[in-house]
Amino acid sequence: MAIIRDVMPAFDLLQPGSAADAQKLLQQHGDEAWVMAGGLDSFDWLKDRIKKPKVLVDLSGIDELKGIRTTGDGVQIGAMTTLTEIANHPEIKKNYSLLSDAVSLVASPQIRNQGTLGGNVSQDVRCWYYRDGWPCYRAGGNICYADTPVGRNREHAIFGADRCVAVHPSDSAPALIALDAKFVIQTPKGERVLDAEDYFVGPEYDITRINVLEPGYLLTAIRIPSTWAGAKFYFEKVRDRNVWDFPLMNVASAMVLSGGNIDRIRIAVSAVSPKPMRLKAVEDAVHGKPADATTGAMAGKLAVQGAVPLQFNAYKIPLMRNLVKRAIGGVQEATWA
Amino acid sequence: MGLITWAVGPWGRLVPTHIAWYLIWVAAIAGLFFMIVHAIYVGIFAAPKKFAKNDSPAVVASIPERVPRHSLVARAFHWVMAISMFALLITAFLPKVGIKFDWVTYHWIAGIVLTVSILFHIFHTSFFLDFWSIWPDKIDIRDMKRRLLRSMGKEAPPPDRFAKYPLENKLYHAVIVLAGLAVIITGVFMMKRVDTYGIFTRNPYIFGDMTWGMMYVLHGLAGVGLIALIMVHIYFGIRPEKLPITKSMIFGYMSRDFYLEEHDPERWAVEKSSPPQEGYAPSDAD
Repeated sequence: MAIIRDVMPAFDLLQPGSAADAQKLLQQHGDEAWVMAGGLDSFDWLKDRIKKPKVLVDLSGIDELKGIRTTGDGVQIGAMTTLTEIANHPEIKKNYSLLSDAVSLVASPQIRNQGTLGGNVSQDVRCWYYRDGWPCYRAGGNICYADTPVGRNREHAIFGADRCVAVHPSDSAPALIALDAKFVIQTPKGERVLDAEDYFVGPEYDITRINVLEPGYLLTAIRIPSTWAGAKFYFEKVRDRNVWDFPLMNVASAMVLSGGNIDRIRIAVSAVSPKPMRLKAVEDAVHGKPADATTGAMAGKLAVQGAVPLQFNAYKIPLMRNLVKRAIGGVQEATWA
Repeated sequence: MGLITWAVGPWGRLVPTHIAWYLIWVAAIAGLFFMIVHAIYVGIFAAPKKFAKNDSPAVVASIPERVPRHSLVARAFHWVMAISMFALLITAFLPKVGIKFDWVTYHWIAGIVLTVSILFHIFHTSFFLDFWSIWPDKIDIRDMKRRLLRSMGKEAPPPDRFAKYPLENKLYHAVIVLAGLAVIITGVFMMKRVDTYGIFTRNPYIFGDMTWGMMYVLHGLAGVGLIALIMVHIYFGIRPEKLPITKSMIFGYMSRDFYLEEHDPERWAVEKSSPPQEGYAPSDAD
């Protein structure tokens, strides 16, 4: 329970100068270490004195984790690259505008200047109760305070709730899933490269984690293959206010059309479940169909099948249905303009 | 390093959440330790068993070659319970020691199977078998004293042979009843906290934080206790001198020689008319 605010607990601050040093430090300190990227999520936890690590590994001084470079097969974005840099990068804006659109809607300009891509995808889930330090399932206890008859759960999950109904709030994550991005992770056993959707961990697998990172693991870069370069993209974020807010829901899609029909598509949503959700069933269902409002409507209905609303978030079902509909039909409409 | 983990609840009250998970290893090591000590004791120090027996030739002649011990229904219950218990232990504790998988649904389904099978067992033994045959009686207590004295080299008459179940078996059953009921009763209430696809309507408000916490602690303590108990059960199940009993739980019968060696026909009457392969003993409570 957070009692003392704004005064962080004491910890050893370690500021490695290279990714290799950072990974070694994380390995050395194991689960006593906290990884800090831009610090926006970290300082919430630390100032509320809910997380009390013994060691804080600050990645801000590692230049090799920053920047965007074009590779033979797409682009590689360092995990410590700021969201502003990604939003303004010419190559990203030209060929992967889904990502630049997504990150340009994150929070506020100041936060995008400080926040990093690695931090945005690795931030913890949103739930009033969990973030206020209550001993819920995710915090190691044995109750979900949000999933109760009077729990405040307007922002919470309609899919994937397994004791925890918090949602993953990242705006960049669904865009990266739609772009078929690969996450590069340094581990004590060497480098691992994962598909974007495999980076995230749901509560059914491990309720105390949000991604695959274990003690000693470090997310170093995100690679976006050229497979989807220049495709038809759609990103929409719905939030309570137009700046400085987490999504109530967002949707990201990448489509390649052939003669007006959908030849290839990847579509993902966030803030509907404890981890970003790729809508594989929708992708399969719309393949070969025209990218129009009819297909979009069908896709929207399919997308919400199996949704289980809580007491106060049933609005998320029509919201998701319509966002998915627009993600498919909307691209077609954009070409008419 | 306490036995229980605690947390501060929404009302600022310190409440228990669950057991400390290192107790998993404590239970496993305790089970292993018992097995090693017992194996050394039996192999090196223990004197051969000696029972008082005086069976008349007529009694011996009346015992069939295959003595029916466990009915098909009783055996089926035992193995269903065993499978569900293994499923419960695996789904409960592997995630706690680092092997992560989607365990909650499998856990409560296995819990339902165990609960239903236990309810059936209670009904079956109460109305169709001899309910009391698995509980210690006066002769068991008297013979326990005799066996203890004799094991210490003191003078005591030889104990009688066992009834259907040896005293150790009865005591084990009593302990596992306690642990089993603890996990079942608490587990049924805990199903009010998870999504059971409509079997239970979620309602975590039926108890307060402290009661829930104690329930989780009791569930955990009984659960880790079952780790040691199951380890010991398997150990005895595969010990050479106990194999005839284990086989009887598979095939339903034991040999006449083993029966006459370990069991007293006056304390456990064999139903002679029963076909050996399918029959059951009237005192069958397992």
